[in-house]
Amino acid sequence: MTYQEIHDKLTSTSSWQQSYREIMLLGKQLPNLPNALKTEQAQVKGCESNVWLHVELDESQQHMLLVGDSDTRIVKGLLAIVLSLYNSKTPTQAAKIDAYQEFESLGLIKHLSPSRGNGIKAIVDRIQTIALQWV
Amino acid sequence: MSDIAQLRNDFVTLNQSIEGNPLVYLDSGATSQKPQVVINEINHFYSKNNANVHRGLHTLSERVTSQYEGVREKLAQFLGVFATELVWTSGATHSINLVASGLTNQLRYDDVILITALEHHANIVPWQQLAQRTGAKLKVIPVNDQGIICTNNVLAQIQKWQPKIFACTHASNTLGNILDVQVFIAQAKKIGATTIIDGAQAFLHLRPNLRQLDCDFYVLSAHKALGPTGLGILFGKYEQLNALPVYQTGGEMIETVTFDQTTFRQAPAKFEPGTPNISAVLGFGAAIDYLSNINFSAMHKYEQSLFKYLLEHLSAIKGVKLYGDLDNNIGTISFTFKSEHHYDLAMLLNSYGVAVRSGHHCTQPLMQALNLNGTIRVSLAFYNNHTDIDRFISALNNCIQLIEG
Ligand SMILES: Cc1ncc(COP(=O)(O)O)c(C=O)c1O
Repeated sequence: MTYQEIHDKLTSTSSWQQSYREIMLLGKQLPNLPNALKTEQAQVKGCESNVWLHVELDESQQHMLLVGDSDTRIVKGLLAIVLSLYNSKTPTQAAKIDAYQEFESLGLIKHLSPSRGNGIKAIVDRIQTIALQWV
Repeated sequence: MSDIAQLRNDFVTLNQSIEGNPLVYLDSGATSQKPQVVINEINHFYSKNNANVHRGLHTLSERVTSQYEGVREKLAQFLGVFATELVWTSGATHSINLVASGLTNQLRYDDVILITALEHHANIVPWQQLAQRTGAKLKVIPVNDQGIICTNNVLAQIQKWQPKIFACTHASNTLGNILDVQVFIAQAKKIGATTIIDGAQAFLHLRPNLRQLDCDFYVLSAHKALGPTGLGILFGKYEQLNALPVYQTGGEMIETVTFDQTTFRQAPAKFEPGTPNISAVLGFGAAIDYLSNINFSAMHKYEQSLFKYLLEHLSAIKGVKLYGDLDNNIGTISFTFKSEHHYDLAMLLNSYGVAVRSGHHCTQPLMQALNLNGTIRVSLAFYNNHTDIDRFISALNNCIQLIEG
């Protein structure tokens, strides 16, 4: 699903339960990472759940390729949203994305708060740091 | 019993909605809600009486000092001990650290510190660090698969290890188990061990008489027992307490100071340097008054009946697994649902206004022993009611549908 499709879906929900249902569905649709890719290095710290993230650069296309996984349904769904924001963007485009703003417009800003321990902020920070190295 | 149910009205925080649903507060193990009298007392102090204690001849200081010391007296009565045996600290954590630091010189290489697998990190890490400082050994009494420690096993382990220090929780913050600490203490005393009991969870629900328990030290946190945050208590039998070296130094805890040396006051003053948390002490005084006016056996009965109701409904949900000692319990239960992550359940429950704790509850070694990465914890207090539990169970069923649907 593209970020735009996700955006349309989430902004048309009318209750938290409905949003969570959609978020968890997004998580279900995100392919599981094979165990070999769930490395210590790929792990994003600062999450109550386990989150793994790989960010690569397609040298020929200059596009970013991201894959990730989490052992919780909700964080995995939120991760799917983040990945849809950044996948196949150039590092320059990626560096300009304001994920905070996007989560705000999706009505999910509370998921970025540090006390939720879901690490979405840590995930976004890691992607941004990597993108900036490639700019 | 209905009298107890009425008390809920004194807790205004409970009267609000979260995400459009009535708040169902089931996280009293993390911190209790505060009755209005406590909030009023703090308000009154800052708006009418604000002054420092033990420092002035003026009327306000005089008034506040006598109130402040009055709370120590009141709490001493409540606990069945002398006021001189109570030290104000910043919390149970601070209290344990004070004792663990103070016992450093009493330990030799290869001495044993014995704790249980149920302990909160606050009652593990200070002992572990003490062991590392001194070359002593930290030994742990294990739990069974259900998270239970049987009394006979504790007695046997005390006999086996002959510990110099025995530190044990009165009730588990994660599982709610009540431990038979009075029996443990008697056994530990026979072999000359120093006993420290962590009463952070037990105090509100069990109202122990510390003289009867006969432990050397007992610690608690005011905020888990209707009082404000940032205040803890260390009880120590006077001789043992006074024998501990000073922990932090500064003003108020001294007799005389020159640039070359200082003489310290006697306990409890020598452990209370600097300006104390006056408003919290006064607020906690109001909490003790409030608790004193509640008939303990009625409260206990009410809490236990709520807990039974909770267990009945929770265990009826297919896929729910309960942990801990369900019979001797302060009203706290940890559970898992199938292999679902506690994070998902807690977040979904919150969308129904239900506040629970999720995760390892500052007991990572216990989680490892139970082979879990975390649980959902429901912890009750007397201001909860049957409607809270009905709402929780209904929300949990809805969450399960959301996850599985
Ligand atoms: C059993 C137990 N011991 C110690 C503590 C530490 O209390 P505090 O954080 O108030 O110092 C807690 C708090 O959760 C607890 O439950």
